Amino acid sequence: MSGWRLPSDGGIDRDRPLGFTFDGQPLSGFEGDTLASALLASGPRILGRSFKYHRPRGLWGMGGEEPNAILDVTGPEGVTPNVRATQMRLRDGMALASVNAAPDAARDRFGIMDLAHRFLPAGFYYKTFMAMGWMRWEPMIRRMAGLGRVDPGHHPAADAVPMNARCDLLVIGAGPAGLAAARAAAGQGRAVWLVDEAGAVGGSLRWRGGQIDGGDWRAFASETVTAVEAAGGRVMTDTTLWGAFDHGLFAAWQRREGQPDRHWRIRAANVVLAAGAIERPLWFANNDLPGVMSAEAALHYLRLYGAVAGRNIVLATGNDASYPVAAALAEAGARVTLADARADGPAAPEGVELLRGARLTKAKGRREVGGAVVDGGHVDADTVLVSGGYTPSVHLWCQAGGKLDWNAGADALVPRPGTCGMAVAGAANGGFGLQRALEEGHRAGTGTGPAPRAATTGDWGLVPMRPDPTLKGRQWLDPQNDVTLKDVKLAAQEGYRSVEHLKRYTTLGMATDQGRSANFAGLAAMSAITGLSIPETGTTTYRPPFTPVPLKTIAGLRRGELFNPVKRLALEPLHRNQGARFREYGGWLRPSVYGDGEESTLAQAEAKAARETVGLYDASPLGKIEVIGPGAAELLDFCGYIRMSTLKTGRARYGFMLSETGIVHDDGVMFRLAEDRFIVSASSSHVASVRMILEEARQDRFDPRRSFIHDVTANWVTITLTGPRAGDLAHAAGLPDQMLALPHMGVAEGLWNGHPVRVARVSFTGDLSYEISVPARHGTALHARLEAARAAHKGRWIGLESVMILRAEKGFILVGKDTDGLTMPHDLGWGGPREKRKDEYFGRRSLFTPEACRHDRRQLVGLVTDGPDPLPVGAHLVARDGPRRSLGFVTSSYVSPTLKRPIALALLEAGGSRMGEALTAFQLGATRSVQVTPACAFDPEGGRLNG
Amino acid sequence: MQIFTCPFCGPREETEFHFAAEAGKHRPEPAEEVSDADWADYLYLNDAPKGAAREVWVHATCGEFFVMTRDTVTREITDVTALPGRDG
Ligand SMILES: [Zn+2]
Repeated sequence: MSGWRLPSDGGIDRDRPLGFTFDGQPLSGFEGDTLASALLASGPRILGRSFKYHRPRGLWGMGGEEPNAILDVTGPEGVTPNVRATQMRLRDGMALASVNAAPDAARDRFGIMDLAHRFLPAGFYYKTFMAMGWMRWEPMIRRMAGLGRVDPGHHPAADAVPMNARCDLLVIGAGPAGLAAARAAAGQGRAVWLVDEAGAVGGSLRWRGGQIDGGDWRAFASETVTAVEAAGGRVMTDTTLWGAFDHGLFAAWQRREGQPDRHWRIRAANVVLAAGAIERPLWFANNDLPGVMSAEAALHYLRLYGAVAGRNIVLATGNDASYPVAAALAEAGARVTLADARADGPAAPEGVELLRGARLTKAKGRREVGGAVVDGGHVDADTVLVSGGYTPSVHLWCQAGGKLDWNAGADALVPRPGTCGMAVAGAANGGFGLQRALEEGHRAGTGTGPAPRAATTGDWGLVPMRPDPTLKGRQWLDPQNDVTLKDVKLAAQEGYRSVEHLKRYTTLGMATDQGRSANFAGLAAMSAITGLSIPETGTTTYRPPFTPVPLKTIAGLRRGELFNPVKRLALEPLHRNQGARFREYGGWLRPSVYGDGEESTLAQAEAKAARETVGLYDASPLGKIEVIGPGAAELLDFCGYIRMSTLKTGRARYGFMLSETGIVHDDGVMFRLAEDRFIVSASSSHVASVRMILEEARQDRFDPRRSFIHDVTANWVTITLTGPRAGDLAHAAGLPDQMLALPHMGVAEGLWNGHPVRVARVSFTGDLSYEISVPARHGTALHARLEAARAAHKGRWIGLESVMILRAEKGFILVGKDTDGLTMPHDLGWGGPREKRKDEYFGRRSLFTPEACRHDRRQLVGLVTDGPDPLPVGAHLVARDGPRRSLGFVTSSYVSPTLKRPIALALLEAGGSRMGEALTAFQLGATRSVQVTPACAFDPEGGRLNG
Repeated sequence: MQIFTCPFCGPREETEFHFAAEAGKHRPEPAEEVSDADWADYLYLNDAPKGAAREVWVHATCGEFFVMTRDTVTREITDVTALPGRDG
């Protein structure tokens, strides 16, 4: 424990102490702290265990790049797993728990894994356990690996509202470059959105400070915010721009104090990327010990939170930017030794011991830093701060398709101009130093005139720092995924030299920090080993998200009922009043059965009643696509398998719609209401796709002015009466005589009690049926009229479960249930049009391929079986003798209350020629004997259709 | 998330659209004169151009089919034209 708190200074509220625990240990911080700053100032150094070797790990950075300080946080809303301690504000009463450690970070029992490191090189798990049977070992490996634990009882509210926005200019990052860009653009009246991941604007100015245009930077920043807002723009802090997508779409995750997160989709006409840069680590033996920290982060914690990283500090660097850090820490009271790799450099800051040309080769200590080796000699230290240079944050640039160039001056890969639509400014562009950031930002914001002026240019001289493959000891490149320099050597040896291969072989950069601090080191190490330059070695692909975003934020409100909303019946409340139980059928919420009791028992009773008296069911979801115009008949002829131009007005005809591959896409009845007006009753779940088939032909093949297609499914309520007493009930309900007198497959429109009604004598059950449709607003009246007459005729409301039994008794198919992706109309016994039609129609040619002409195609049949139980759906049909090869399978299966036996439909190879044949139905090891029959099991002559 | 411009509705997000067909692909007819191989080509073989592409898309919400000229690499959309145009 070496971090400490200054008695004053920092942006925290010292009058408001906050209590929290870490792995059960009570600690305290202040209002304004992050988890990281509170832990640094007061707490233990070992904050977690590494992924593979369970090495102790401590705080490294200050933002999304943090690889080590990842915690499970329990607050009032439950447990949030895998929170980067650097990015969450401390709240009173929070319980923090280290991840990947048992029982806790300080005493992890898997720490022994580290002793086995010699035996766990890159690819170890893959090579070893794949050979030994991965499935057997996976649970054990999973227990030992991984990060935080998900609390299965925690169901965060679906409250992250998705927001859509547009802006003239999106400025990503509110550091000096971003502020300058926003200020310039807002000054021209443009609507600027200035977005920053941190809790306040300023970026590095917040801890490095600076004078701009003759005043403190804070004045410059607040003037900029005012100007942006005055011009109609917006400044959003605590907002992570996590993804750049096509056509200028950006996704942003906004965290709001005491309110649900928001998820923004921002369309920006122009973008300035001013995302800054991230400090690189240095590479020496044991460079992962707790107490080794980013120098920039140390200054950040000192200035913003008054938290000092240590008392006895070695700062190893190769650049000028570390000098102000050393100076500030010395001023705060720490003993600071500055080890600069360069022989020349700035003058020693006051109170700092400067070693020039000095090389840090090792951090000493078993569980945390206890000293360092510099130039071969021991230096006392409790803290090692390092700076290996800076890596520009080009993630969003690359996500948007931008390319990179090597910039030797910045010792970094920087955006290549012209390869992406964004402008880039400041450190993200390799433009280090305050004055350069202001100038680049001003230009990127299309500012005219002179850029804002900084009091000091802040030139950052640097010498490239690289991993040294000859150095002794384990050097970590990726601390989160436990990748060492040795692993990269091994990868190179085994031929995984491309960065994409290196990444996958060693897992370098694949952790949740996405290798922010690691990728450059891996790249540099590979380049040192192979002798190729860094640009030749290349980079891996950058993909969203920039930082892990909670799935609940991305999912937004799309959960539960809103995940995939069902369509609701207009008469749902009336059905509920009558005891209906609801289930989803093809996207619609429909009554399955009515009443209390076992669903299957109720369905049997309902099916029986419908056969004996009359059943009523809500058929409103049945598709109603109107096809209108002089070209309507011609259009339907082309789109359908069965010709409709020969259909007489006032009549209905059953038909199929195929796909162009000849496969049955949908079936249903079509009505001709007038010479130029048809209604297509598509299946309720196929309405949208049937409409598209019609639309495509209408627009692409025919003159689109000669026909119109109008899906009016939702505009009508349809109630079907089915059963021997359907006519009596319809009569009692007062249906006009002319409609009562309709013949089978007749349809009529008219007025009934002053509102439109359409009645069709079509039957999905084989019994006398009246399909009565009224405009949805008159649905309640229709229901009331039928209800008034129902009891006298022993009518019964029936749900979809019994309708399924009734249609299966008749061998009527459901497309997609009794057909599959190979079924053609002639497999269903509808070979006529295929043989007779000479005109062109959709799917026609496919019905004559060698495959379509085979004699052993699977065809629709019925099955009878012994015993009272229905066959399992999906059971395979095999020959009683001979090879056990599947000849087909059961598609629908029920018990018929009318026939008092199980019935089934099946698709069976050459089924049409197997009538009477005995087969075996096989399912999960059990067998049943079956006999092949025609699909229609009930009233094959159709005598019941007329009551 | 790309933005496509429906000739009927104007600019909308790509989730509202479906790819329908390759533009300029003729449906071989009449069926009697089309070989199995030609029909299989029509059904299943599409170009997958890298760069300039002409395709028929449909705006699923309004039902408008249209020809879209776009670049499959840069995602730039250069033209949208209402049908008929597949043969054009
Ligand atoms: Zn449209």
